[in-house]
Amino acid sequence: MTAVILDGHDLVVDSHDSLADHGHETHATSTGVSNEKVAMWVFLGSECLLFGALIATYLVYKGRSVNGPYPKDVFDIGFTSGTSFVLLMSSLTMVLAHSALRRGDHRRLRIWLMSTVALGSIFIAGQIYEFTAFVKEGLNLSTNLFGSSFFVLTGFHGVHVTVGIMMLAALANLSRKGKLPAERHEVVEIVGLYWHFVDVVWIVIFTVIYLIP
Amino acid sequence: MAIVLRPPSTTALLEASPIVTRPADPGLLRRPVESEKGLWSWITTVDHKRIGIMYGIASLFFFVVGGLEALLIRLQLARPNGTVISADVYNQMFTMHGTTMVFLVVMPLSGAFFNYFLPLQLGARDVAFPRLNAFSWWAYLMGGIFIYSSMFLGGMPNGGWFGYAPNTSITFSPGHNIDFWVFGLQILGIGSTASAVNFIVTVINMRAPGMSLMRMPVFAWMTFVASFLMLFAMPIITVALVLLNFDRTFGANFFNPGAGGDPVLWQHLFWLFGHPEVYILILPAMGIVSEVLPTFARKPLFGYPVVVFSGIAIGFMGWGVWAHHMFAVGLGPVAVSAFGVSTMFIAVPTGVKIFNWTATLWGGAIRFSVAMMFSVGFITTFVVGGLSGVTHSLVASDTQQTDTYYIVAHFHYVLFGGALMGLFAGFYYWWPKIFGKMLNEKIGTVHFALMLIGMHVTFFPMHIVGLAGQPRRMYRYDKGMGFDFWNLVETIGAFVIAVSLLVFFYNIVWTAKKAPIAPRDPWDARTIEWMTDSPPKPWNFDHIPTVHTVDEFWHRKYSEAEDGTMVRVATAEQVLDGEYVDPASIHMPSPSFWPLVACLGLPLIGYGMIFRAWPLAAFGAFVLISGLFAWSLEPSAAPHEDHHDDHDDHHDDHSDHDVLPAAAMGALNAGS
Repeated sequence: MTAVILDGHDLVVDSHDSLADHGHETHATSTGVSNEKVAMWVFLGSECLLFGALIATYLVYKGRSVNGPYPKDVFDIGFTSGTSFVLLMSSLTMVLAHSALRRGDHRRLRIWLMSTVALGSIFIAGQIYEFTAFVKEGLNLSTNLFGSSFFVLTGFHGVHVTVGIMMLAALANLSRKGKLPAERHEVVEIVGLYWHFVDVVWIVIFTVIYLIP
Repeated sequence: MAIVLRPPSTTALLEASPIVTRPADPGLLRRPVESEKGLWSWITTVDHKRIGIMYGIASLFFFVVGGLEALLIRLQLARPNGTVISADVYNQMFTMHGTTMVFLVVMPLSGAFFNYFLPLQLGARDVAFPRLNAFSWWAYLMGGIFIYSSMFLGGMPNGGWFGYAPNTSITFSPGHNIDFWVFGLQILGIGSTASAVNFIVTVINMRAPGMSLMRMPVFAWMTFVASFLMLFAMPIITVALVLLNFDRTFGANFFNPGAGGDPVLWQHLFWLFGHPEVYILILPAMGIVSEVLPTFARKPLFGYPVVVFSGIAIGFMGWGVWAHHMFAVGLGPVAVSAFGVSTMFIAVPTGVKIFNWTATLWGGAIRFSVAMMFSVGFITTFVVGGLSGVTHSLVASDTQQTDTYYIVAHFHYVLFGGALMGLFAGFYYWWPKIFGKMLNEKIGTVHFALMLIGMHVTFFPMHIVGLAGQPRRMYRYDKGMGFDFWNLVETIGAFVIAVSLLVFFYNIVWTAKKAPIAPRDPWDARTIEWMTDSPPKPWNFDHIPTVHTVDEFWHRKYSEAEDGTMVRVATAEQVLDGEYVDPASIHMPSPSFWPLVACLGLPLIGYGMIFRAWPLAAFGAFVLISGLFAWSLEPSAAPHEDHHDDHDDHHDDHSDHDVLPAAAMGALNAGS
C-alpha cells in the first residue's frame, strides 16, 4: 500500500520546458509547482469534505442517544489527551525529517521518519486500547447513536493515520536502499502534507468529541 | 481580446517543442511494451484519447441499457393498471434507470469528452497522471458491471437512485439489492474522485505556453469547475453510503429511528451531494455548447469572461440550494425560505449564460450543422427545464409538486433535453477529430429531429399529469384519473426517442463504412484541439502551440482587415504545416496493466462484504494493494525503449514521484 509513493515516472509529458527553467526541484509546469504537490493539496481538499461530513454527523447526533453508555461514562480524557499530544509531536518529527533530507542528511532523515512512525503507532495503539476498553464497558458500534458515530469517525481517522504510517515506513525503506536522494525531498514533503492534515483533523475531532461538553 | 501579439509568419508560430526524455530506471517489474493494435494495447493503455473512447463506448452501452429500462417503465404505464412488469421489477427499473443515467451515462459520457479533449484543448500531451486516469476508467467499468451483476445475484437495487434511509435499511430492504447499490456507487465514487484530482491538476499545471486561465476554451473551464464539484461532492455521498453500509452490515444506528437516528440526515447528506451532482451533469454540456455555437455562428463567444464566471458562480451557488429537494420534509419556515431564495438566485448565472449564447448567435453567419442543431435544441429545451426549475423555489407550489411527474418532467428537460443534447452536439462536432470521419449530416438531421420531437412528446405531458397529481414511482394508476391519454402519449414519445437512438447508431456504422476521410479543419474551428491531425497522434501535437488568445486557431487563420472585417490569411493546412518531428524524440508514458489489476480488487471487496465472504473481501483487498504496489514499483518505461538522450543528463532528475496514488489510496479508505 505504501509503495504508492515510489517513483512512477508517469508523466513525461511536460510540454512546458520552454516556459521557464524551474530548476531541479519541480517540473516545468504552468504554475511552477509540481503536479504531485498540487494533486495532494487538491486531494486534501476532498478529504476536508469527507471528515466534514463525518464530523457533522457526529455533531448532529451528539447527545441524542436514547440509552447509555454515554460519553461521560467511558471517556478517559487524560489518556486521550496524552495520545493526542504524541500525535501532534509527530508533526514536528515529520518536519525535521523533511529538513534533514533537504540538507542531504540521510541518516537523520531515517531517524526522524522512524520517529514519526513510532509516534503515529503509539497513537494508533492508544486508539486500539481505547476501543477495546469501550467495548468492555459495553459500548460498541450498535449500542447507541454515540457508539455508531464515535467509532465510525475516530475509526476513519485511525485508518488515515495507519495509511500515513505505511507511507512513512516505505519512505524510510526507500532511503535505506539509497533510492531517496536529496533532490527528491519533495516526496517527503508531500507525504508530510498528508501527515500534517491528518494531525490537524485530529485536533478538530478531539475538540468536538472529547472537549466540547 | 482584440489586440493580440503574434509573431508575423505562420511557421514561426510553431514553437519548437523540447525533447523530453525519461530517466533510465530499471524499476522492479517489467512494464508492458507499447503496441499500437490489439486488445492488449487497449487494456494496458494510459493514453487519454483511448481512455476517452472507451468511456464513450461503455457509456453508450449503458445508455442503451438505461433506455431499455425506461421503455419498460413507459410500457408499464402506457395503459391504466398496466401488467407488463410487477411492482418489484418496476422498483428495480426506476432505481436502475436513474442510477444508470446519472452515474453510468451522463457522468462518464462527460468524462469521455473531458478525457479526450481536455489535454488537446490545453495543448498538453496527456493528463497529469495517465495511469491514474486509466485507474479511474477501470473503476467506472468495474462499478457499472458490479451494480448490474446484481441482476443475477438476487435482484437489482430497488430503493430509488436517492436511496432514502431508513427505507434502504436492513429492516425494510432485507435483500442484497441495496448493498449492490451502496458498494457500486462507492466504486464509482473512487473513480470519480481520482478523475477530479487528475483533471484539476491537468488544468492547473499542463496548459500550453501562453495559455492563461482566461485563455482556456470554455469547455476546459467547465471541466475545471465540474471537477471541483466532483472533488467536493463525492466524499459527501461516500460518507452517506458508509453510514448506510455500517447500518446494514454491522448494525450501527445512524438511520435507525428506534435508536434516535434521523432519516433527514440521509436526505441532507444525499442532496448536499445530489444537487452539486446535477451541475456536474450539466456543466460539461454547457461547455460543449459554448464551443459549438461560436464555431457555427462564426463569431467569438459573446462575453467569454462572463460565461466563465457564470460557470464558476454556478459551481459555488450549487452548494447552497440542496434543501429544495426536501421542502416536503418540514425543515421549518426559515430554512425553507432561505433555500427558496437561493434556488431563485441560482437561476441568474444560468440565465446569463442563456443570454450569452443567444447573443453569440445574434448577427452571426450561422451554419445549421447537426452539432449546431443540437446546441440550439439544448438552449431552448434547457430554458424550459430551467423555468420549471425556478418554480421549485416557490415553496408552497413545490410542496404540492413533490413526488409528482412535474418533477420528472423538470429534470428530464434539464438532463435529457439539456445534458444529453449537449453531449450529442459534442459527438457531431468532435467526431471528425476523434475518428477522422464526419458523421453523416443528413442521417444526423433525422436523428436530431426525432430526438427533439420524441423528447418533447415524452416529457412535456409529464408537466400536465404531474400538476394533475400523478405521483412518481407508482407502478400503475387507475382508469379515469385523467392520466390515461397523456401517459399513452408519453410512451409513444419514448419509443420515438428509442428510434432516434437507432438512427444515431446507424449513423455511426454508416460513417465508419462509407464516409470519406474528413478534412483537417472541417468546421473552420476556433480552438487548438484542431491544430493537429485527426485523429491526433498519441503525443497529440508535434509542436505545442503557443497561445495568444481564446480562439487561437481562428486567429491564426484570420486577420483583421483595415475596414475591421476578418479576412482569411491562412488555410488550416498552412497553419498546421510544421517541421517534421521525429516521433522517437517524444516519449509518452508507457502502458501499464496495474491500474486494471488494482481495480479488479474493488468488486471483489464488494462481493466479499455483501455476501459476508470475508476471505473474498480480504483477497480483493490484497489484489487492490498489490496492484497499487506494482503500479508504484514498475519502471518508468518499457524495457526496449531507447532514448534519444541528448538531454538525458539534464533530465535525470525529472523523475516523477507518483504520489497521487497515495491520494487515491485515501479515497479508497474512504470507500472501504
